[in-house]
Amino acid sequence: MTIPYRPLVLGFAAIAFSLVLLQRAQAGGSHFFAPVADPVVREECGSCHMPFAASMLPADSWQRMMGNLKDHFGDDASVDAETARRITGYLVANAADTGGRRYSDKLLRGVAMNNAPLRITELPKWVREHRKVADWEWKHKDVRTRANCAACHRDAERGYYDE
Amino acid sequence: MLLTTPILAGPREDLLAQYATAAKAAASAFSGFSAARGKTLHTQAFVGGKPDTPACTSCHGQDPRSAGRSLAGKVIDPVAVSVSPSRYADPAKVEKWFKRNCNEVLGRECATQEKGDWLTYMFSQ
Repeated sequence: MTIPYRPLVLGFAAIAFSLVLLQRAQAGGSHFFAPVADPVVREECGSCHMPFAASMLPADSWQRMMGNLKDHFGDDASVDAETARRITGYLVANAADTGGRRYSDKLLRGVAMNNAPLRITELPKWVREHRKVADWEWKHKDVRTRANCAACHRDAERGYYDE
Repeated sequence: MLLTTPILAGPREDLLAQYATAAKAAASAFSGFSAARGKTLHTQAFVGGKPDTPACTSCHGQDPRSAGRSLAGKVIDPVAVSVSPSRYADPAKVEKWFKRNCNEVLGRECATQEKGDWLTYMFSQ
């Protein structure tokens, strides 16, 4: 009896391919970061800039950031203690190394979770992914800052950061 | 304009009345809030704050009835009550933004008189 290698190999290849697709679809691909779900966090962290996904930074970075809202990258973003507790709780629970791990593995690869930057735009992977963006594009009147994801990533507010 | 007590008091009018009480306590010469002074405050350029944001209008835009934009690209709802009727209903939120924005623009906290003038201007718009 001869084993039908060709159909078998083709069949396995098809199944393997589907599994990869399914896994990517479930994780949303490497450019999906679940948007902030908590309404208080959306409001408080989304008034001046878009509410950045908790999975883009490790818990330790969020904790350090929340510990110094008075000087939030040069701005006073302080909130009352109760609100700060709620925001910190949400961010820590959904961070890159906790609940948001499945979104963050590529963005945070090679980054020490207890010594990561506070700025998402300083993550090595972020810098690599944006290296082709020219200076004039950053200075464009509709962009102006690297925190303005949605200027180029139209679906950023919904969590999709494709090109 | 003299201190006017609105007949139909909502949360906004309550808030303004509280500012009026506080302003009177701070300065006995207090004689009410002025939309004209509020407009000046809103549009004038200051040097004490951040160079990026010399005036309220840096982010809120020249026209209170139009949307503004934060430095990070976020759209800010118009500040005029006529187009944003849900604004100024939460006193804690109003205070939070006065504190932050006055520090950014003027480099200091705003006086109660200034807050009341500014709100009076926005209520009139």
